[in-house]
Amino acid sequence: MIPENMRQELQNRIASAVTNREAAVDVMKSLQAHYGWLTDEAVVEAAELLGLTPLQIEELATFYEMIYRRPVGRYVIHVCDSISCWAMGGETVMGKIAGLLGISVGGTTADGLFTLLPCCCLGNCGQSPTLMIGDTIYNRVTAESAAELIEQYRNP
Amino acid sequence: MEQILFRHNRPGRSVSFAEYRSEGGFTALKTALKEMSTNEVQQSVIDSGLRGRGGAGFPTGKKWSFVPRNLPGPRWLICNCDEMEPGTYKDRILLEANPYSLVEGITLACYAIGVRHAFIFIRRGYEQAAINLRRAIAEANGAGFLGENILGSGFSCDIDVHVSAGRYICGEETALINALEGKRANPRAKPPFPAVKGLWGGPTVVNNVESLANIPYIISNGPEWFKATAATPEAAGMKLFCVSGHVVNPACFELPLGMPLGEIIEGPCGGMRQGSRFKACLPGGASTPYFTIEQWDVPMDFDPVAKAGSRLGTGGIVVFDQNTCMVAATLNLVRFYARESCGWCTPCREGLPFVVHLLEHIENGRGSEEHIDILREHVKHLNQAFCALAPGAMGPLDGLLQHFEDEVREHIATGKCPCRN
Ligand SMILES: Cc1cc2nc3c(=O)[nH]c(=O)nc-3n(C[C@H](O)[C@H](O)[C@H](O)COP(=O)(O)O)c2cc1C
Ligand code: SF4
Ligand code: FES
Repeated sequence: MIPENMRQELQNRIASAVTNREAAVDVMKSLQAHYGWLTDEAVVEAAELLGLTPLQIEELATFYEMIYRRPVGRYVIHVCDSISCWAMGGETVMGKIAGLLGISVGGTTADGLFTLLPCCCLGNCGQSPTLMIGDTIYNRVTAESAAELIEQYRNP
Repeated sequence: MEQILFRHNRPGRSVSFAEYRSEGGFTALKTALKEMSTNEVQQSVIDSGLRGRGGAGFPTGKKWSFVPRNLPGPRWLICNCDEMEPGTYKDRILLEANPYSLVEGITLACYAIGVRHAFIFIRRGYEQAAINLRRAIAEANGAGFLGENILGSGFSCDIDVHVSAGRYICGEETALINALEGKRANPRAKPPFPAVKGLWGGPTVVNNVESLANIPYIISNGPEWFKATAATPEAAGMKLFCVSGHVVNPACFELPLGMPLGEIIEGPCGGMRQGSRFKACLPGGASTPYFTIEQWDVPMDFDPVAKAGSRLGTGGIVVFDQNTCMVAATLNLVRFYARESCGWCTPCREGLPFVVHLLEHIENGRGSEEHIDILREHVKHLNQAFCALAPGAMGPLDGLLQHFEDEVREHIATGKCPCRN
């Protein structure tokens, strides 16, 4: 269950839209931020708020790269695997991070701290290779800087 | 060199509202609302020769002219800032440096077309750009450049910012319309084109960030001035080129349209990085056929690039050096498109994974001669797909077969990738 003030906020957001559905992505993102991922419960809540069926929410949730329909770690590391990052050694960075975390791409660490996912071009191609954690984008990542970065998130 | 979109740039931060205004910002809007009819604004944009900066290069003023003005019900304008095409990051750079030109440009476009309510559709990952735009919109509202009865002209306009959740196909204009309506972002059939039947069934113009951000300068300085900023008489205006890959200085530059590829790489990009020689590049983002050293002198403008066998696309130049395996690069690109396929139509949903499969075979030394023919067939067949994503995916493959067939054959003949030891 989401807290009452959050429900109120989302209802206001929906009321300000031209049609309810227009707010669907915003609602899913808020619920995801609250639960950590878009849980089954969140899908039902989104549907109720928006006046849609859970299936209609599911259809949207599974479409977007940054909506997680499965549990993820506290920090999701999105490593860009598109062409500019690839040309600048992105595969090495991805391999290094997977090794450091002891998981394969798509996996979550046993302590629930990190999930490692590939992603589409982050629009930071001039500073490639690139990765994103939360809303923060990191430039010119190397095997060494990736190791430091993970250390920072482990021991903030 | 004269800058248009980058003229207000401040090092390391975005320009402020006060600075933008003190340098002539929002005077175009004032002039238009006071002295120009909606038709005159549209005509200026037509005369300027401005072509869409989102990839297809369609003339912007002409697109506006397709909007029927006599239908009842609202019309809409959508600014496309999905920018998920690999190698493309110009709209982000622009909006992080200066969100005001876009806000002013959208307002002018809305005035010309008769739109009350515009949307800016922004990709996930561009949260900073969204923050800048929301601030700029609030400031413009506060100063009377947006909202009800702008500058006492009787014209009213609002702009909403929508931040997406990440999916490349949302950049395709009809998929974008579905995304904005809160539907699954599969493209829609064309015709009817959005200009006639788009968002919520109303006439809708979809324009790229860079296209719209140029509008204030066209109105302020006139279409002839705008045209003449280009490097050749045929081209019109400046262009944001965003460069990545093996050059010394991979960054986003505003350069005259029509500047030759080689001059861009040797000049602002500082040439190839140490130890690298130029082998090839994507001239305009992930969906454009490669250029090689043979196209070094091609003027980077829509028609000359098309004549040379590729597309100017988004202006995202991705440069590869001599150590790059072009089969592997193409595999990376087609894999991106296979993953981003929305799954709506069979040629794309089934065809792209198959092309990936063949390219993997070739790259891993298990290719055969007949694969080359099958790949060529796919370049042709995938042009029949429902939207432009699948033909786009075939751009680099087409380039591979045009320019690097020998390299493909070497993979097959020797049973290994010649670029990997
Ligand atoms: C798969 C696909 C993705 C696209 N992505 C974008 C995009 O991110 N930004 C954009 O402006 N245009 C994109 N386009 C082109 C748009 O459909 C449309 O042509 C463009 O926004 C029109 O703006 P313009 O006339 O100002 O160039 C994309 C097209 C396709 C087929
Ligand atoms: S070509 Fe691909 S992206 Fe376009 S409609 Fe077909 S499946 Fe979807
Ligand atoms: S290709 Fe990685 S950020 Fe663009």
